[in-house]
Amino acid sequence: MDKPELEATLRGFVGRETGPPVEGPDPVNEVMIRHWCEAMGDANPVYTDRDAAAASVHGGLVAPPTMLQAWSMRGLAMADLRQQQDETHSDQQLALHELLTQAGFPSVVATNSEQGYTRYLRPGDRVISHTVVEAISGEKATALGIGYFLDTRTIFRDPAGDELGWMTFRVLKFKPHAQPAAAAPDPAAAPAKPRRLRPPLGHDNQWWWDGIAAGELRIQRCRDCGTLRHPPRPMCGRCQSIAWDWVVSRGAGAIHSYVVLHHPPVPGYEVPLPVVLVDLDEGTRLVANLAGRKPAEIRIGMRVQARIEAMDEEMKLPVFHPAESGS
Amino acid sequence: MTSAARSAPLTTRRFEAVAVGDALPELALPITVTGIVAGALASRDFTPVHHDKAAAQAQGMADVFMNILTTNGLVGRYVTDWAGPDAVLRNVAIKLGAPNLPGDTMKLVGTVKSKDEAAHEVVVEIAGKNAWGNHVTGTVRLVLPAASGAGGAR
Ligand SMILES: [Zn+2]
Repeated sequence: MDKPELEATLRGFVGRETGPPVEGPDPVNEVMIRHWCEAMGDANPVYTDRDAAAASVHGGLVAPPTMLQAWSMRGLAMADLRQQQDETHSDQQLALHELLTQAGFPSVVATNSEQGYTRYLRPGDRVISHTVVEAISGEKATALGIGYFLDTRTIFRDPAGDELGWMTFRVLKFKPHAQPAAAAPDPAAAPAKPRRLRPPLGHDNQWWWDGIAAGELRIQRCRDCGTLRHPPRPMCGRCQSIAWDWVVSRGAGAIHSYVVLHHPPVPGYEVPLPVVLVDLDEGTRLVANLAGRKPAEIRIGMRVQARIEAMDEEMKLPVFHPAESGS
Repeated sequence: MTSAARSAPLTTRRFEAVAVGDALPELALPITVTGIVAGALASRDFTPVHHDKAAAQAQGMADVFMNILTTNGLVGRYVTDWAGPDAVLRNVAIKLGAPNLPGDTMKLVGTVKSKDEAAHEVVVEIAGKNAWGNHVTGTVRLVLPAASGAGGAR
């Protein structure tokens, strides 16, 4: 399945329910509540101490509201791949994940959760969840790898149909970087140094990154009118031609504008990080990091020279340096 | 993540006694394999990356990492530890960044961002930072009882 086909299929899931409403396997119960409170280190007596709970604003034991999703989790079946595949026929969420796995995005992490608590749950309550796929992003580059964000919305109800709470949930289904940070030789050591974001590669920009790998800073050129453009894209903005080739830039230019990133911190990047927009001498602009100058020393118009440098063992990028004096 | 870190809230903060800008006390939670697995199983999340190191490594992580349900539970606990047992949570919204991996420590901090006088609601902004940066950022909306009694809290 190519990318346009994949993305069209993904869009077909948006607005669909993941399946019929599902009743949690266990009613809200004191045992699971106690296990949760142990794991979270939560000593709030309204969850586990009957007398204190009776005297509280709740008038009796309640479940921690943040347990909402736990009541409808699938448990050990989540670790059984064969069972997962059997269930992809009935569960659209599993089918969606399987589609992305087949397309080369096997890994998954949750990135966002928002829960609203209509009322606190009490022992004996039954929880029925009903989930709809709310949105699916385009392909995104993230710190973990390239992938797609999947948004779902779940309503939790009791058997009478009254709302107990709701949740919006976002996961990233992604292709992990080739060499896991896992290969850290000493497992007791601090977490491995995170690496920079990887670009999404496709038909339109692979040639540019191939150039970087070969030590060349390439600039796309319209074959009809000769206009240079960057970043790479299929069509000339001046004459709408889709015929193009490239020239190799010398990497020399002048700072047109810049920002210094302080916040938010992103794994793999050290702040403060100067990011410059440079007018290349060939006649287009390039965004890259600037090395060799403190943020306070950066000036608009300053002459700079790009060098292609290794960011880590896999990735190279152009980095601007102050030009040698006299240029 | 450990019983040593437990704290028992005894009294509940009154809505009138809380001011915008108030800081919650910092809570430092050591992240351990045991704590990650305990949280994953207590939340019924058996996704292998939260208990099986080889599965986590196949996904590009150094080790098993904390699941979002545990993060959510810790955020709820952090706020009610401060607010007290008669506080009622209305909404918890979190965004995850750097994963919580064994050997790290997550420091939770929080600040009161706003107060809704009519609803007796308070919004607390929280962040949980580890060695890589923010593991979690988010907001918690909760109802606090009135100074005169429990009247405004329900
Ligand atoms: Zn053209």
